[in-house]
This record gives sequence, structure tokens and C-alpha cells, in this order.
Amino acid sequence: MYIIFILIAISVLVAAGFLAAFLWAVRSGQYDDDYTPAVRMLFENEFNAGPKTDKLSQKQK
Amino acid sequence: MEAALQTNIQNCYHCGDSCGDEPILAHDKAFCCDGCKAVYELLDENNLCTYYNLEENPGLSNKKSMPEARFAYLDDPGVEAQLINFRSDKICKLTFYIPQMHCSSCIWLLENLFKLNPGIAETTVNFLRKEVALTYFHEKTSLREVVELLTRIGYEPAITLADTNGKKTTSKSRAIIYKLGIAGFSFGNVMLLAFPDYLDFTQGLQNNFGSFFGYMSIILSIPVFFYSARGFFTSAWEGIKQRMVNIDLPISTGLLALFFVSLFDIITERGPGYLDSFTGLVFFMLIGKYFQQRTYDTLSFDRDYTSYFPVSITVLKENGEESSTAVRNLKVNDRIRIRNQELIPADAILLHGRAMIDYSFVSGESEPVEKVVGEVIYAGGRQVGESIELEVVKEVSQGYLTQLWNDTVFSKNEEQNLHTYSNIAGKYFIIVTLMVAAGALIYWVPRDMDTAMKAFTSVLIIACPCALSLATPFVHGHTMRVFGRNKFYLKNTGVVERLAKIDTVVFDKTGTLTEPSEAEVTYTGKVLSDKEQHAILSVLRHSTHPLSQRISESIAGSTAEVTNFQEYAGKGLAGEVTGLFVRVGSAAYLGVPTDKQKDNLKTTVYVSVDGVVLGYYTFFNVYRDGLNKVLQGLGDKKIAVLSGDNDHEEARLRELLGLEAVLNFNQSPVQKLEYIQRLKEKGQHQVLMVGDGLNDAGALKQSDAGIALSNSITNFSPSCDAILDASAFDRLSTFLNFSKKTMTLILLTFAVSLVYNVVGLTMAVMGLFTPIVSAILMPISTISVMTFATLSVKYAAKKAGL
Repeated sequence: MYIIFILIAISVLVAAGFLAAFLWAVRSGQYDDDYTPAVRMLFENEFNAGPKTDKLSQKQK
Repeated sequence: MEAALQTNIQNCYHCGDSCGDEPILAHDKAFCCDGCKAVYELLDENNLCTYYNLEENPGLSNKKSMPEARFAYLDDPGVEAQLINFRSDKICKLTFYIPQMHCSSCIWLLENLFKLNPGIAETTVNFLRKEVALTYFHEKTSLREVVELLTRIGYEPAITLADTNGKKTTSKSRAIIYKLGIAGFSFGNVMLLAFPDYLDFTQGLQNNFGSFFGYMSIILSIPVFFYSARGFFTSAWEGIKQRMVNIDLPISTGLLALFFVSLFDIITERGPGYLDSFTGLVFFMLIGKYFQQRTYDTLSFDRDYTSYFPVSITVLKENGEESSTAVRNLKVNDRIRIRNQELIPADAILLHGRAMIDYSFVSGESEPVEKVVGEVIYAGGRQVGESIELEVVKEVSQGYLTQLWNDTVFSKNEEQNLHTYSNIAGKYFIIVTLMVAAGALIYWVPRDMDTAMKAFTSVLIIACPCALSLATPFVHGHTMRVFGRNKFYLKNTGVVERLAKIDTVVFDKTGTLTEPSEAEVTYTGKVLSDKEQHAILSVLRHSTHPLSQRISESIAGSTAEVTNFQEYAGKGLAGEVTGLFVRVGSAAYLGVPTDKQKDNLKTTVYVSVDGVVLGYYTFFNVYRDGLNKVLQGLGDKKIAVLSGDNDHEEARLRELLGLEAVLNFNQSPVQKLEYIQRLKEKGQHQVLMVGDGLNDAGALKQSDAGIALSNSITNFSPSCDAILDASAFDRLSTFLNFSKKTMTLILLTFAVSLVYNVVGLTMAVMGLFTPIVSAILMPISTISVMTFATLSVKYAAKKAGL
């Protein structure tokens, strides 16, 4: 039954990892703006700057 | 007829405005103006036409072209340094506020700015705050070029004097989120460790590992106690220092009791303690606090005159050369030039040109005031018409308007609102709790010392009015959101409570009760023949005077050629049209005797044709739609009007507002402020001020609740407690009545939480309070109170039609 010490240690460590990730996310400003990133990810990358595609206009409707 | 049959009335490809009769056709697209076409060409050249695919007609109308030289001041290193947040050898970083941002196309284009100017390294948009964080290489481009580029594509950043006050601190308070995260983490883990204690079949586990679990929980709870819960303790301590009991005092007592009893239990191995309840309660209460603190970041409620003033102004040098100078550096005796629609930043003497100053924002006068050469023009007015030259007589910081802001009202801190519902409830709560605890102690001590201690501490634990403290933030938080959906934005949740207590409503007239951009024009006198009307219109069209433009807007028809047109500054116009000699202007100009003094107050424009005075035009204010509805909805509240305007509208206002309303005219901003002060002192009234301009700023601040009415909420609005979008003005009374209703909802929520407290207290007094009872009762009570608060507000809002 002493395995429970290790299990609890692991579970707390995992949770602490998530807490650290959360704190980092807040610190890096991810909680400051909860709207723009959601829109930004829908933009297509156009590195080749080719002629404009119609894909986006199809998405409109 | 043919024009009406034409169905393909084209809309501008860029901005979506109607192109009118002659669209500019280029690249198979129609544009309404050259400005729009130019922007399209610029974007097309740089392969940025995705802009038009994301949203239809996303652009902004570019009809108003402004001289680009007005950004020359940005080349001044002093101004630049004030605007820039960070500067290294290579890059500069700064944040612009761009009020025009409105759609995802805007985000896309603004984030692709580097394609238009290679000197720009990166742009990041924060859509909700309408801000763009921009990084550029200062070797490759300059601040001025960046701003000019933004302006050219229609996104002119709003750079006001407030931006140069110093570095903006963009880091917001994230403390509450940290606290929530840590409390949530501890709550989850402590709950897990406490679990074996709840169930029978895990009892063996509890016996073997109980003390390990206990110590583990203590370690996890320590950050919650010292960090997450600190706000409750400090607030309670502040209250004690001021000899006041606030809601945080009973909460802190409960939390302290919970924590230390648990420590004692675990260390002496008496039991598992209540740390799961402790962390859980802190977590739930922080959610409540978070709700309460959530405000509208995008709106500024504490702006002062500096966010209204421009950063730079055109200064005329001795040799007549124009140069841009930062307003802050403006000195006495500087000669400045003010163009159409520009703002006068400092008190100055008119040297040259015809000044028509629109003071509606500063003083509340509805018509532009004409000033002649030599007169002093106070800062804050807006020039309408031709450009004028002025000589500065007082520095910006010494001006009339600035003095108003230096009034003590503006430097006074927001008084702590100690008389809120929950604080009053908290006071009685702690008295009752202490009496019950003492009663339990007195009853048990002669019988059983152990149970006595247990009953005493558990009364303190269970009586923690956490559910009580959640009621107000949740009810108010939801109310605030309901209001926000209806375009009524509150500064914080405390405003709901203040709105509910209002018994006197004070309105500003110009721009608040009246529609600022409209005026009703009525003609009195001999009936004009079509020919005469036609002639008058033709003459009026030649004048840029605001009154001429208002009259000509009210007359339909086409114009004819005018010969011998002449305009006499401050007097009127003259011209010949189709053989008729038309003169339009003031009574003095046409030689009309003004006998009644009353008539002098009205703005009247007389007309004569061929030397015979035919009649005059009078201007009336147009009252906002729904004003009647608002007034009816206000019920028995006292109504008053404070107007900076003269009293020519008195009769109409009387009719609208009823006999009991108090009407005050010719009120200066300071008088308005003092009026509110008197109301508050005299009859202990709770005053709501509704205003729109700088002239109301003092009164808005002084009142119990100040609502700024604004046609565009992101534009300037004076410091206030709430911003109401002008389109929702007709619902004002609904909002007030709804806030009142929320107070009933809070009482109901109190009742729900009291039920739990009575059950818990009964068990505690009988000495039956155990960790398992606490673990069940506490979360259930908090969650049900939260749910009740949320649902009841939703239901009430639906019923009220919000």
C-alpha cells in the first residue's frame, strides 16, 4: 500500500505542472485578450503572395 | 423617372457607402470617392486584397481628406519619446488606439501592415481594446510615416494629449487570476486527499494514511491562506481600523476559524480537519470577486480633458511659416491656426478670420457662437467654418477648462462605498453569529467541555457568510452583463446598487435630451412663393455659416445662379437670384426692431426679398426619440434639467417634463456641479446625473451615479460611472427600474443562503458538525446561491424585456 505515497506525489507533481503552465500563460498575457487570437487563427497564411483565392469568400456564406 | 428605374445603384467596393450618381469606376469596381479608390489601389498593389474577401465592404470612408502635414509634430523627438513605450538601438515599440477598428478584415489588414511598409516589424491587434501594438525599425521608417500609413488606409490612430502624459502602463491587474488559479489547484488536490474520509469503505485507507493526507493538505492550503485569501483579511482589517464592520469581517473570522481548527485537528491527530472546505470556499469566493471586478476594459470611464485635446497644433512663425508644435509646448503669445472642425487647445484671442465656435461640448450651448476679432476664445471650443488665426493668452494647463478639472471633486478619491447591502448584512450577521456561538458555549460548558469547544468553533466555521458574500457580486455581475448587452455600460458592479437608490434624476439639455446634430427649423411670416424660396435657398447654399446650412437643409429644391453674392461677417448674406434681391441675416442686419426680449434669446434668421422683410426662421431643438417613454418610466422620481443654454426652450421643456420639474438655464459647469452638491446635502437625495459633454463632467462626478450619453461609446466621454449608448436612451428608465429589481433578487438570494446557515448552525450548536457535513453543506450552499443568482437575474431580465 505504500505505493500510494508515490502515486500521490506523482499526481501532485502533474497538477503542479499544470498550475505552472497556467501561471505562465497568465504571465505571458494570454488571458489579456480572449477575442483576437480566435479570429487570427482563421486567417490563411499567404507566404507566396499569389493571386487571391476564393476560398475565403466561400467561407463567408 | 428613368433614374428611379435604375436598379443598379452601386455601393462603394471599399467602404460600402452609396456611390451616388457618378461612381468612380476603376479595376471593374465602383468607388464612391477618390480616397476609397486610392486605398484599394494601394492594397491591390501589395497583394492585400484578402481584406475585401474577409468581410464585405470593410473599408472606412475616406471622403474627408485632411492635410498630411498635420502629423509633422510626430517628427519632434520629444513627442516621439512620449508616445513610444520601448526603444532600443534598432526597434521602437508603441501602442495605438484605433477607434475605427470594427471587423475581422480590420484585424487582418492591421496585422499585415509590414507588407505595406517594410520598416514595420510586427503589429498585434487587441480587438476588444481596439489597440494595435506596433514594432518598427526606426532606421527604416519613422513614427510619422507609420501614422501616415495608418491614416491613409483609413485607420487613423487616436493620439490625444492623454497619451503624452507619460508611459502607459498596459499591464493590467492579473492578480485575481493568479489567486484563482492557485486556489483552484489547492482545492482540487485537497479534495482528492480528503476523499477517503467521506466514504465507509475507504476508512482503512484513512486510518493508515490519515496524518500523511493531513500534512499534505496543510502544505497545499498554505499558499491559499497566505496568498489567495489575503484580500479578505486585509479588507476586514481595513474595516476594523475605520471602526466599520464590512462583509469581509465575518468571512475572515470564518476562514481563520476553519484554517486554525483544521491545523489543530491534524497536528493533534483528532481528525482530518476542514481544509477541503477552506480551499473550496476561497475558490468560490474568488470567482465571485472576479465577477465583480470584471469591467469593460475597452471603455474608459476616467478620461479627463486631456483625452479630448489634440497633441499638436499648427503654429505660425513670424515669417508666416506654418509648423506643428506639441500642445504641451504651446506658450503665451504663440500664434496658432485653427482649421475647420479643429479644437482650440488654449485660451486665445482671435486675430484673424471669422470664428464660429461650437461650444456645445464644453458649455452646452446648442448653437455655434460667433466671435469677432479681438475677443477671447476659451479652450475646448471647436471651430466651424473657415480657418482662423489666434494668439494664445494662457498656457494649456492654465486655461478655463483645465481650471474646472482642478476642482477638488476631480482629485477626490472614489469614496469607499461602505453602505452597500452586503456590508450592512455582514454587520448583523456577525452580531448574530457571535451570539449563537456564545449561547452554544454557555449551554455546553457545564455539560461537556469537549463538545463546547467543538460547537463554538463549528458555529464560527459554518456561519461564514460565504454564500451571502456571493449573492451581491453574482446578481450585480449578471445585471451588468444584461445592461452591457443593451448598450448600457457600467463602470463596476457597485453602480447597480447606486442606481437602484436613485430618487432624483438630473438631465443636461443640449446633447442629452436633444439630438445634437439636428435642429428643427420653422418659418414664421408671410408665405413664401416657390420662386422666393428657390431664391433664398440659392443664396444660402453659398454660405458655409452653420445656420445657413441648417436652413438650406430644411428647404428642398435645386439652386440657381447667384450674382453679387456678399457675406457680411456676423450679420448676414445678400445676393441676387433670378431678378430677386435676397438678404438673409440677423434682425439688426435687416433693420428689424426686436421689441420682445424673449425673442432675442431664440436664434432667429430674418429674410427679406427686394427690401421687404418677409419673415424669419427660428431654430428649435429636436428632442430625442423615446424621451416621453423615459419620463413616464421614471415615475415619481424628481426631475431636473441643467442647461448651459439660454431659456428659450423653457416652455417646450415644461410641457415635456411637467410642472414639478426644476428647470435651470445658463448654467456654467461649476454651477452644475454645485447644484448637484446642494441636492445631495439638502434633502439627502440620491442623484443621478445624465449628461454628455465636458460641461457636465463635474456634475457627473459629483452625483451618486453619473451616466454619460454618447453617440459612439468608444469616442470621448467624460469621466463617469456608466456610459449609455445614445441609441438606447429610450430604455433609461427601464434600466433604473431593473436595478431596483435586482435589489429584491439579492434579498431573495440572501434568504436562500440563510436557509443553509440555519441548518448548519443548528447542527453546529448540537455538536454534530463534522468534516463530512462541512464538505457537503458548504459547496452545495455556495453553488446553489450562485445558480439562483444567475437564473433569477436572467429570468427578471427576460421579463423586463432586456
